[in-house]
Amino acid sequence: MVYKLVYENLKHRPVRTLLSSLAIGLGVTMMLALVGVGEGMLEDQANRARGVGADLVVRAPGSSVVGMGSLSMNQKILDYVRARPHVTLATPIGIHSTGGVSSIMGINYDEFAAMSGGFRFREGRQFAAPDDVIIDDLYAREKKLKVGSVLHTMNRDWRVSGIFGSGKLARVMIPLTVLQELASANGKITMIYVKLDNPANTQAVIDAMKQDLPEYPIYAMEELIKQFSVNNLPELKAFIGVVVSLAVLFGFLVVFLAMYTAVLERTREIGILKALGAGPGYVLGILLRETVLLAVIGSLCGIAMSYGTRWLIATFIPASMIQAIVYSWWPIASLITLAGAVLGVLYPALKAARQDALDSLSYD
Amino acid sequence: MTIIEIENLRKTFRSGDVDVHALRGVNLMVQKGEFLAVVGRSGSGKSTLFHILGGLTPPTSGTIKIDGQSLTSLDEAGRTRLRRNSVGFVFQKYNLLPTLTVRDNIDIARDIAGRSEPWDATFLEVLELLGIAQKLDRKPRQLSGGEQQRVAIARAIVNQPAILLADEPTGNLDTENSNMVLDLLRHLNKKTGQTVLMITHDPEAAAFADRTVQMRDGELHGA
Ligand SMILES: Nc1ncnc2c1ncn2[C@@H]1O[C@H](COP(=O)(O)OP(=O)(O)OP(=O)(O)O)[C@@H](O)[C@H]1O
Ligand SMILES: [Mg+2]
Repeated sequence: MVYKLVYENLKHRPVRTLLSSLAIGLGVTMMLALVGVGEGMLEDQANRARGVGADLVVRAPGSSVVGMGSLSMNQKILDYVRARPHVTLATPIGIHSTGGVSSIMGINYDEFAAMSGGFRFREGRQFAAPDDVIIDDLYAREKKLKVGSVLHTMNRDWRVSGIFGSGKLARVMIPLTVLQELASANGKITMIYVKLDNPANTQAVIDAMKQDLPEYPIYAMEELIKQFSVNNLPELKAFIGVVVSLAVLFGFLVVFLAMYTAVLERTREIGILKALGAGPGYVLGILLRETVLLAVIGSLCGIAMSYGTRWLIATFIPASMIQAIVYSWWPIASLITLAGAVLGVLYPALKAARQDALDSLSYD
Repeated sequence: MTIIEIENLRKTFRSGDVDVHALRGVNLMVQKGEFLAVVGRSGSGKSTLFHILGGLTPPTSGTIKIDGQSLTSLDEAGRTRLRRNSVGFVFQKYNLLPTLTVRDNIDIARDIAGRSEPWDATFLEVLELLGIAQKLDRKPRQLSGGEQQRVAIARAIVNQPAILLADEPTGNLDTENSNMVLDLLRHLNKKTGQTVLMITHDPEAAAFADRTVQMRDGELHGA
């Protein structure tokens, strides 16, 4: 019976119901989009790292696990690594940040292609001239580039010579020697990817290398990939915390406003219910149920809208961002929003529950 | 059998710095199954008496009993129980919930009283009598004023209250609809033995009752 009243009340003011649900949903979408982008990008990074085909990686001393790194490792280490037993291929990588999360990567084309199982070019081919650049298909799509297009980065113009299928660590690649020259870092590299005769030897090789290179972080690729998790990105975790708080506040404010005006609008109805013998609990229950229903509808809207943000991201900035759909966050985001909503209805509901029946039934 | 016993009932409102003595020692006995009309000038205290009887507001002093239960010492929760179980209210403005159908308006009163069994044959007869049995799925705004008031009456008695309090139930109705509602109240009173107390300004309306008492300046005369 109470549900009927709640349902009729929601139906009675469809615009209010719709707008409140959408506003509540926005909070849910905010959380889902952020968590989805975090997960999506980490997953993508992991996949691209896997795409290198290496068994282990040697990084510069002091570099972070998931960070991009810079040209800070002496290239001479390469000779040492290549001379290790079981090493069949070792190739240096140079990474130069071009601002924000974008970077450009320098490779030894033949070695890198051999290790990663070869580039699959959708268009064009590998670099032939020093100002040639190869890019992946997502980057090409986002920046609307074709073979022969000009790409401006690192203060100069590059000619796109090839577009390859993504999944090869970086989206924009130039020859390592060109990168070193431009960055004034001759003889410097960022890391070394290493392929072994048999992956089973990975731990043994790492242990042996660590004896000689105690300063150098050396990871098995499988280990490294496991590090691509939100837990290792304190900034992202903190940001998720901020957005969760905002979503709670958002749900609180929306519901507070919607239910407060509803209570004002319904003083008469509340008075009638009280005259019929409804106690404070009964009135409280009605408003609480209405709020929960609004939050549920809002959460469904929010989940639906998170598919919208994913579509927007995939359509307009596929190379910069990837949003995954993180199902496990559906109930989390919904509950967080519900918590905000319930906090928001408390004051209006208490006001309604305490309302004097006579105040609103005065006869004029 | 006496169903209402009121002795020296007083109610004083404090409005600003002045005390308004709305009831100044009211005495009244009502028998079970009686149909009583309360008449009196505007501001004489009629509604105040009904509000106290209906548990909408506490008295200032005096004794008041409904069906043997004293109201004097009831707290807010006790008055809520009284409204839920012992009295039915009909107001001048029909006071139906606008978003609910006739059926649901009646059922919400039952839900509040914690009852969920289907309507019994007697109540279905009452609905027929009130002429709303065919309009149960309409919303209040699809009904005339007279029909809305009859729904309000049905809702007021659905939980078989000890007393039905009607505060100017025909105040907003034309003569034809007034007579119909009054006729129904009397019919209901005779047929089911429902005790009815009705406030009215209209001597013709009062004539439908078994007995009429007069409120004058917070005191009842002819009780
Ligand atoms: N909540 C209140 N606060 C202050 N004074 C009140 C309050 N309610 C009623 N009164 C006063 O008490 C007196 C009796 O009012 P009441 O409403 O009982 O009169 P009534 O006989 O029902 O009048 P009417 O025929 O106009 O409905 C009036 O002087 C009124 O102004
Ligand atoms: Mg009155």
